[in-house]
Amino acid sequence: MGDRLPSGDAMTSAFPVLAQQVNGHALAYLDNGATTQMPLQVMEAMRRFDTHSRANIHRGVHTLSQRATDAYEAARERLLRYVGGNEAHELVFTSGTTESLNLVAQGLSLPGMPSGGGGAALLPAWIQPGDEIVTTALEHHANLVPWQLAARRTGARLRVLLPDAEGCVTTEALAALLSPRTRVFAVTACANGSGERPPYEALLALAREAGALTVLDAAQAVSHEVPQLSMLACDFMAFSGHKMYGPMGTGALVGRREALERLTPLRMGGDMVEWVSETDAGFAAVPQRLEGGTPNVCGAVGLAAAADFIDGVGREAISAHVEALREHAVAGLSALPGVRVLARQTRRTAIASFVAEDVHPHDIGTLLDERGIAVRTGWHCAQPLLERLCQSPTTRASFALYNTHAEVERLVQGVAAALDMLR
Amino acid sequence: MSGADFDLYQQLVLEHKRSPRCFGTLPAPTHQARGRNPSCGDDIGVQLQVAGDVLQDIRFEGRGCAICIASASMMSEAVRGQKLDDAKDLQQRFRAVITGEIEPEEANLGKLVSLGAVRRYPSRIKCALLGWHALMHALQDAGGGAAAQDDPDIVVDHAGAAGDAAAPPTPDGAPR
Repeated sequence: MGDRLPSGDAMTSAFPVLAQQVNGHALAYLDNGATTQMPLQVMEAMRRFDTHSRANIHRGVHTLSQRATDAYEAARERLLRYVGGNEAHELVFTSGTTESLNLVAQGLSLPGMPSGGGGAALLPAWIQPGDEIVTTALEHHANLVPWQLAARRTGARLRVLLPDAEGCVTTEALAALLSPRTRVFAVTACANGSGERPPYEALLALAREAGALTVLDAAQAVSHEVPQLSMLACDFMAFSGHKMYGPMGTGALVGRREALERLTPLRMGGDMVEWVSETDAGFAAVPQRLEGGTPNVCGAVGLAAAADFIDGVGREAISAHVEALREHAVAGLSALPGVRVLARQTRRTAIASFVAEDVHPHDIGTLLDERGIAVRTGWHCAQPLLERLCQSPTTRASFALYNTHAEVERLVQGVAAALDMLR
Repeated sequence: MSGADFDLYQQLVLEHKRSPRCFGTLPAPTHQARGRNPSCGDDIGVQLQVAGDVLQDIRFEGRGCAICIASASMMSEAVRGQKLDDAKDLQQRFRAVITGEIEPEEANLGKLVSLGAVRRYPSRIKCALLGWHALMHALQDAGGGAAAQDDPDIVVDHAGAAGDAAAPPTPDGAPR
């Protein structure tokens, strides 16, 4: 199996953090599902902003404020294009997927304000008592817990689409859960605990047909299999910058403008109002309405630079590369005695999550770290899924464009040695 | 294999992981408690038979990593038949070693010194302490003495009188 991307040297010069030794071995960073590394190109874009244009945005009449505003709004446009948005869509900057999903869940649970203000009655919340919210058992806690709370707050019922024994969810199973009371359907584009890539296109379409607003958690897909909004029956899509070679603490909620307008903001304050009196306020249009307070402008610039970086390398090439690494890892790990890789048959995913008989993931993780190999161990914030699939935490290797087949070999050898030692 | 991982996973530790001592339940425990590490799913229940100021018998069960199971196993072996005060004293010395407050050689830990390398792995300290937390919580009602020190990572279901701590699941890597 050959690597299809620029050579290892080019990669390590783009990602200086990779060129280090850990416990006496070259670092093999296989924890990209948690956080990807950031290339120099992205750091440089942020440094340029901070050294040249740093100022607060909007309503500043001075030159730096105008530059900062231009950079921020250009980043918004760039990222909206990156995820396939069109003129019907808007992008709201957030601190990441978790904030984005909380914004949707809370925003649909609370009575909303009319755009005009001026003492007009609050609009009723989208979710009402007796309504139904549907999510799946594949979700990260960030796409489950906010919906649990939304259901309790509103008196709605939370229904959970369960996977089969292999961890797959189907449109048939979803159809059985949908009803005229379904108001929201939320699903992941790739399960971070197992790596399963559900047929989210068909699931979203089915839920929209039933009258639900649809929510896609794209955190694990946004670095290689970027969902294209205008091709999807998707009202809201959430993603994080730090999982797509961008800065930590950045991310976005993108969606249909009309759907975003239904959200009651999480944060009231500056920059999200048109006018304010002592006792009332008129609220700005989206996206500003949902971005109260000074945003992470430098982070937005870095996030847009990360999109440029990905498109510079090529999404197809990245996707093919990480999928090949995952297949390599699945084949190697599955051949070890007593090892079971979750979601083995799934495609277009960069995550290999596995359990080993009689050996705990923490021990595997520590022994791999001794060999300079970074993986994640535990529940991966997806406890319901893992309880269902394997009743235990897992070891998870997750791949990025800078990883190599040689690193996958080291992973497989490292796991084999750990099993030998611990059994 | 590098020297460091040999230090953490010493043969004695691995041997206790493969064949934990005092594993199971007591027919009529006088005290019990259960500790969990929510982040990793480790889950250890401890049952005691206390008579007067003596810890007559102990069993533990649950699931956890090699460090967690080996530590609970070696703990059970060390405190069985001991006076309660001696068990508590041992817990404090073990904890002080694992958290780096005193050197392993100074603590007179007996076989438990083979877990001393855990102090160099901050993310694994809670693994080594889980069974001990459950023990200390179970002991809280048995003859007073120092209260258990909690770590923020560990959740303890305290069941002073026997009977109401939910049974933990079977362990990874322990005989079934």
